Amino acid sequence: MANTSKKLALLVGGIVLGLGSIAQAADAPKPAAAPAPAAAPAAAPAAPLVSGASAEALANTCAGCHGTGGVSAGPASPTLAGTNAEYFNDIMKRYADGSAYSTIMGRIAKGFTTEEIALMADYFAKAPFSPAKQKFDTAMVKEGGKLHDKNCEKCHSEGGKVLAAAPADKKPADKKEKAAKKGDDEDEDDEEAGDEWHILAGQWTPYLRYTLEDYVAERREMPKKMKKAIEKVTAKDADKGLAALLAYYASQQ
Amino acid sequence: MKIDRRTFVKAAGALAAVGITGAPGLAFGAGKKVVVVGGGTGGATAAKYIKKLDPSIDVTIVEPNEKYVTCYFSNEVLAGERTIESITHGYDGLKKLGITMVKDHATAIDAEKRVVKTAGGKDLPFDRCVVAPGISFLFDKVEGYSEEVAKTITHAWKAGEQTVTLRKQIEAMPDGGTVVVTAPPAPFRCPPGPYERASLIAGYLKAHKPKSKVIILDSSSKFSKDGLFKQAWTKFYGFETDNAIIEWRPGPDAAVVKVNPAGMTVETSFGDEVKADVINIIPPQAAGKIAKDSGLTNESGWCPVNGKTMESSIAKGVHVIGDASIAGAMPKSAYAANSQAKVAAGAVVAMLGGKEPGVPSYLNTCYSIPAHNWGISVAGVYKVGEDGKIASVPNSGGVTPMDAPDWAHEREVQYAYSWYDNIVKDSFGG
Repeated sequence: MANTSKKLALLVGGIVLGLGSIAQAADAPKPAAAPAPAAAPAAAPAAPLVSGASAEALANTCAGCHGTGGVSAGPASPTLAGTNAEYFNDIMKRYADGSAYSTIMGRIAKGFTTEEIALMADYFAKAPFSPAKQKFDTAMVKEGGKLHDKNCEKCHSEGGKVLAAAPADKKPADKKEKAAKKGDDEDEDDEEAGDEWHILAGQWTPYLRYTLEDYVAERREMPKKMKKAIEKVTAKDADKGLAALLAYYASQQ
Repeated sequence: MKIDRRTFVKAAGALAAVGITGAPGLAFGAGKKVVVVGGGTGGATAAKYIKKLDPSIDVTIVEPNEKYVTCYFSNEVLAGERTIESITHGYDGLKKLGITMVKDHATAIDAEKRVVKTAGGKDLPFDRCVVAPGISFLFDKVEGYSEEVAKTITHAWKAGEQTVTLRKQIEAMPDGGTVVVTAPPAPFRCPPGPYERASLIAGYLKAHKPKSKVIILDSSSKFSKDGLFKQAWTKFYGFETDNAIIEWRPGPDAAVVKVNPAGMTVETSFGDEVKADVINIIPPQAAGKIAKDSGLTNESGWCPVNGKTMESSIAKGVHVIGDASIAGAMPKSAYAANSQAKVAAGAVVAMLGGKEPGVPSYLNTCYSIPAHNWGISVAGVYKVGEDGKIASVPNSGGVTPMDAPDWAHEREVQYAYSWYDNIVKDSFGG
């Protein structure tokens, strides 16, 4: 077959792109082995799967829930465009292993390799963010802004819209600067500070609310600093404090 | 002519690459024609993504209807929770992208002459064709049933007029009445659909006509998300109690083989006769008619394809996507159609440029809402195998866990609504 060598090249290409973690790798012929494509399908119960999809091809599969180009039309699925790549990689891993709660994402995240997730992470980090057009409680915005400035701004800088405000590649530098100023004493939390670039301003409110609920209920791990901050936000009236924060983030359109 | 796959991947993202590949006469899409048959979720998405990847390609959709009514979420219309208008979408967004809409029936796809013929007498030439005709109904598998009878004994499995008719029938039914919903043998469009439909009708009856009930007469003995549906039925609709609003009779015995429209009865393969006030027959299905007429189907009635490109295994240059295709492990769902459409779009653009298509990645996500604020889901991640068949990535996907807390089911409803808004925009939006 004329196609055989091409197919094999594709397969090998896919393997080079890093599919180490495909579960049925045990059934797969060794990538370096002599070409035997005719025999393989007949002998194996299920043909080995071909990996090596491009970042765009992978990211396109998300659009049905997270919007074209990762900009969600809402009302709850979060926008992925503009998400910090480090955060994306980390949370997908945690969805997959169950250490961060999800309704559906864990089941989906398990279907992608670390390399594939990294490709999607880069793709969405570069995709332009667009704030959600949604309703919010105008009366609570001011209070939310105050709570944010006092408790959250240190990590979620610029009102939580870091990503929207500055190009993604500037962020790590900002972070390093901040870390340098503070010194190295608060190491552990700073390690987790990947979260600090996650979009809050202009993100869909239900998603932010669910995430906060999951943090508070310990369905996902909260960095120590964030735990303290949330305790302060919720000290007087938990529901009101969180609602004010959410109104503030939603107001940034 | 050898083209390095990596070069292609780069080129696909950058239209600037047009013409630099050094393949004379095979410059990227310029002047090439793609005809898309069917303006449903798959067809619309394919057209849009082809145009996005290469605006120089001339893309035409042949679709007889002015607007598309999504079958997904039409069950909410039956329950009175959504209007038919809210699930009806026009093609202005696609037109704005420069896609040509031809309002006509495709009557033949000639893969050799590369032309699509229409009922209106048009000949639409193509370099590659994407066929997304959805499903057709095998009316003759249910004695007494026909397209004509379906105007009153609805299938409502293509949303639109019949959805409205069925809604009116359920609304007009007196309290104490019986609704029958039949479920066809697999494979069929939207595997959890009949059960969600029955659930939502039960929800409406519980609120407005609590002495009534809905009976599912099933061709099969198990079904998509069945554990979760049964859990919902027990929790909300008294399933398997004396006061059950919903009753499920499993196949093969309960498969409906005959309908008597005058007497408002159906007959099962076992020979039981069931009388009802409202009958909804979801008939056995096959690929859309044009697929069969054009020789794109095999003995199963569906269209075999190469999972790498969604190109027909029968006709070269013709890609079949969505419900009509035999897409391996993927179900017949809107999300699957949307996902396959993007793979086909990438392959079409690559092949028109004389390139090797990229490696595909497929996804399915499908929500059902069996009760108010109580959603469930199934998801799947797929790759193509070396044998060209689409298969699930092992240890991934699956359904909502059993016994999840109510707040989790509530979230799934919000995500279901997000699914709807996003998939519609991704498929039909400009």
